[in-house]
Amino acid sequence: METFSDSLSTAFRLIWSADPELADIVLLSLRVSLTAVFFAAFLGLPLGAALAVGRFPGRQAIIVVLNGFMGLPPVVVGLLVYLLLSRAGPLGEHGLLFTPSAMVIAQTVLITPIIAALSRQTIEDAWREYEEQLRSLGASAGRAALTLLWDTRFSLVIALLAGFGRAAAEVGAVLIVGGNIAGVTRVMTTTIALETSKGDLALALALGFILVGLIVAVNAAAQLTRQWALRHYG
Amino acid sequence: MNNGRGSVFPLVLDQVCFSPKGFPIVDRVSLAIDAGVRTVILGANGAGKSVLMRLMHGLLLPTSGRITWCGRDQRAEAQAMVFQRPVLLRTSALRNVAYGLKLAGMPRAERMKRALDALKRVGLSHLSQRPARVLSSGEQQRLALARAWTLEPRILFLDEPTASLDPTAARDVEEVIREIGATGCKIVMTTHNLGQARRLAEEIIFLHRGRVMEYTPANVFFHAPRSAEADAFIKGELP
Repeated sequence: METFSDSLSTAFRLIWSADPELADIVLLSLRVSLTAVFFAAFLGLPLGAALAVGRFPGRQAIIVVLNGFMGLPPVVVGLLVYLLLSRAGPLGEHGLLFTPSAMVIAQTVLITPIIAALSRQTIEDAWREYEEQLRSLGASAGRAALTLLWDTRFSLVIALLAGFGRAAAEVGAVLIVGGNIAGVTRVMTTTIALETSKGDLALALALGFILVGLIVAVNAAAQLTRQWALRHYG
Repeated sequence: MNNGRGSVFPLVLDQVCFSPKGFPIVDRVSLAIDAGVRTVILGANGAGKSVLMRLMHGLLLPTSGRITWCGRDQRAEAQAMVFQRPVLLRTSALRNVAYGLKLAGMPRAERMKRALDALKRVGLSHLSQRPARVLSSGEQQRLALARAWTLEPRILFLDEPTASLDPTAARDVEEVIREIGATGCKIVMTTHNLGQARRLAEEIIFLHRGRVMEYTPANVFFHAPRSAEADAFIKGELP
């Protein structure tokens, strides 16, 4: 059993030397989570805008459910997607289980409510300020929703980021539908869980540093973008 | 753009009430507003000026009563409104002005050209590429006026357009309002500022607690008001 400081120095050496196994894991993590953010944005931003601007029966109920789904447990999402994709499930014929695609699907399900609920809040606040002016100029509800999506773009980055943070950091969903297969579906979080239980702390620690570093860096970049936008666009 | 849109005047309000939750904000207002002169809706804070204007513009629907444009119930399209606080999009001044034309379906090249013309007329062409929301309040309000002007409305509603501006900026805005009126666009404006009403009004609608107390030429209103409320307002006794 290595000592903690041995693990630590091995971890830094792995990062410093850009160890190929480590790099593959990090890249797969990024690929899966960023793809999930892309699809979740594609679904969640229009949904958020429609809920912010539209007035239709059931709107309030959808908002309540959406807000509740922001806290969906990843293992439950993993289980549901597993049932959908397993051989006997409705989508079983596509053979997606235990592939990165399955992980993207699970994370998309997990973070779409987050992106939709946060963007709904942002856009609704803007709508309160803009509604009379946009209606006066003759904007339809759909047109107003598009205008607001564009006008709040710098704030919506925060919603996307919350989704990315959630996706990159969760372990339950990707573990269940991905299976943590070395070289195929092994991502940062699942590797950390596995290597820690095996007692190989160096790789787990290295991945932990990279994961935290990535999330801090992405948040910092978004914060700076937002500050720049505030100064530049008001 | 005005050609072929037909007449919109007179704008007639017939026994119009607006009373959400039972409390009348606008109470049995009957008016006939015609093209031409600059009309100022005057009254103390809370008299119902802004609500009356939103009813005319179609942003609010009356609780009872009827509003017609040249005898038709349909809301006239050839109208625009400028609000007390300009609502501008997070993009350049030029694109903000062009936005209204974009909604009207005008091709890009033409709307950019017309937006730039409008910016020139309000004296902001040198700021056309600047982000709209970082301009000064006076410039922002002139930008909002340019955006309304470029739609070539037959009637322009202005709700306390200078209430949040300093006196110099307010004068600039008044000058633009005058110029828009001079092109034949009907001006209907609310204010609680007597000095501004004296400078701009050709006729006055005086509101008190949601009711129209007077609808008279401005010189008559200021020299020989008929109602005790208007008299008190002119003398500065009403809040």
